[in-house]
Amino acid sequence: MQIFLPIAEVSVNAFTLVALGGIVGLMSGLFGVGGGFLITPLLFFIGIPPAIAVATGANQVVASSFSGVLAHLRRKTVDIRMGLVLLAGGIAGSALGVGVFNLLQRVGQVELVVQLSYVVFLGLIGLTMLRESLGALIASRSAAPPRRRLHEHSWVHRLPWKMKFRASGLYISVIPPLLVGLAVGVLAAVMGVGGGFIMVPAMIYLLGMPTKVVIGTSLFQIAAVSAFTTLMHAVSSNTVDIMLAVLLIVGGVVGAQIGTHWGARLRAEQLRVLLALLVLAVCGRLALDLVLRPDDIFSLAAG
Amino acid sequence: MRAGITAAVLAALLPLAAAGQNAPEAPGTTQPSPPLIRGPAVPLPPVPPPERLVSGLSQDQVAITATFTGSEILIYGAIRRDQPPPAVPPGIIVTVEGPSQAVTVRRKARVGGIWVNTQGVRIGAAPDFYVVASSAPLKEMLDPAEDVRHRISPPLAIRALSGGLDVEDTTPFTEALLRLRTESGRYRVDEGAVRVLEDTLFRADVRLPSNLVEGDYRARIFLLREGRVIDSDTVPIRVQKVGLERWLYRLAIHQPFWYGLMSLALAMVAGLIASAAFRALRRG
Repeated sequence: MQIFLPIAEVSVNAFTLVALGGIVGLMSGLFGVGGGFLITPLLFFIGIPPAIAVATGANQVVASSFSGVLAHLRRKTVDIRMGLVLLAGGIAGSALGVGVFNLLQRVGQVELVVQLSYVVFLGLIGLTMLRESLGALIASRSAAPPRRRLHEHSWVHRLPWKMKFRASGLYISVIPPLLVGLAVGVLAAVMGVGGGFIMVPAMIYLLGMPTKVVIGTSLFQIAAVSAFTTLMHAVSSNTVDIMLAVLLIVGGVVGAQIGTHWGARLRAEQLRVLLALLVLAVCGRLALDLVLRPDDIFSLAAG
Repeated sequence: MRAGITAAVLAALLPLAAAGQNAPEAPGTTQPSPPLIRGPAVPLPPVPPPERLVSGLSQDQVAITATFTGSEILIYGAIRRDQPPPAVPPGIIVTVEGPSQAVTVRRKARVGGIWVNTQGVRIGAAPDFYVVASSAPLKEMLDPAEDVRHRISPPLAIRALSGGLDVEDTTPFTEALLRLRTESGRYRVDEGAVRVLEDTLFRADVRLPSNLVEGDYRARIFLLREGRVIDSDTVPIRVQKVGLERWLYRLAIHQPFWYGLMSLALAMVAGLIASAAFRALRRG
């Protein structure tokens, strides 16, 4: 069934959009990522103008991550205190990132910077996660589960302004989570994503949070930052297409619930291997696009 | 290039060309001799063209609704004449163009192993949509000079409106614009899409794509003889969103904050409903 989108001004198949939303919602529930790094390129591919894809993607991420947060809240796997600290950094970072994005757009290099950021960040994170999670998987199979310390003590734990994060079992400085939130906020605005694929590993490896609360807390922060981003886009550039968002959301919320359900059954190491592989696949695809000769060396941009 | 003209057409045109200059476009200028051999010379100074266009549209408004998948506009008309028609059938060209917008064409080059946008040309205004339909191949029926004067073929429609170019050679950029828009179906030349009946009645069915932008479109109709435009007509077409589409669009533009909040509320309600529904399903 074809439907005309009022803001994007294109006609697309409604079922395609519902299916896209469903896939991305599944990722969201499974891994605690918003799925923005998937939905945005997929929307480009079906012919939605990039600015609208980015802004509407953010709106879709609100729905799927909010649905996910509710499921996690019920299972008490959200560290709300940590989430609020991350959020404070995230909103500052998002505002900063929007400024950088506008600057890049004026000089015509936004596409390049976005792709390069994707390749660098996804590559680093994907490789780190894959190595670590494969190691853990092998170790858990070969011998009795190793006695694991709660977390490693490093420079992170010597900073001032310590705060107790009960749900995570941490007593650390607020500086690292604030910085993580800020960095994710900047990247989220520049790359047009929620930033979960960066935040989840940062929480696990940098802050030392237990995997159990990482996903719920990440979703909490993503829902809030995406809501802020959606509103910014709607007000500053009128690029949120509500009709497009509704169709993506219908698929997305269902997918997120299924994902959360599956996620509870899979083991943490297996989940991390899967996420690592997914991150590397997207990274590889984008890297190829940069290196191979494009189909057309010319491109059009409005304005 | 008129090299491809068939011998038959040339032969038919020869006596007419020898008769003298054709009817000029400007209405005030007099005509030394009419192109019709049979017609008597008219002595009065403001000479109307011997053949005139009378045209109409099936619709002068296109409404974009939620299920809009493109539209078809019928442009029809007749050629009014006082004398019997000449032996050669008349040529009709119909163009439909959308609102003009500024566009930047960027070219990528390889820098340090990766492809980067290095050069760009901003074209001040190019129609978002442009279709040329004609009763015969354009090369055969349209004189290049007339094409330039009336800006009929797509490359001329763009150059007519281009401005503020600062790269030495802009040709590859304008060519790229044409090529990309042609590939995406926004620019089109439909030779033979105008049907002419009995040398008098004509009709053109112009398909408008689903990805139309809102705005003032216009249809131009040209009547040609011997490669020259002897009469033309312009009809406006209004393309606009209606119903829910229009309401949402207006809200997004005029009340962006409330529109944004509405989008967020919708997203959260959807999340809540899905969450509650799945819990109910799992229990049941």
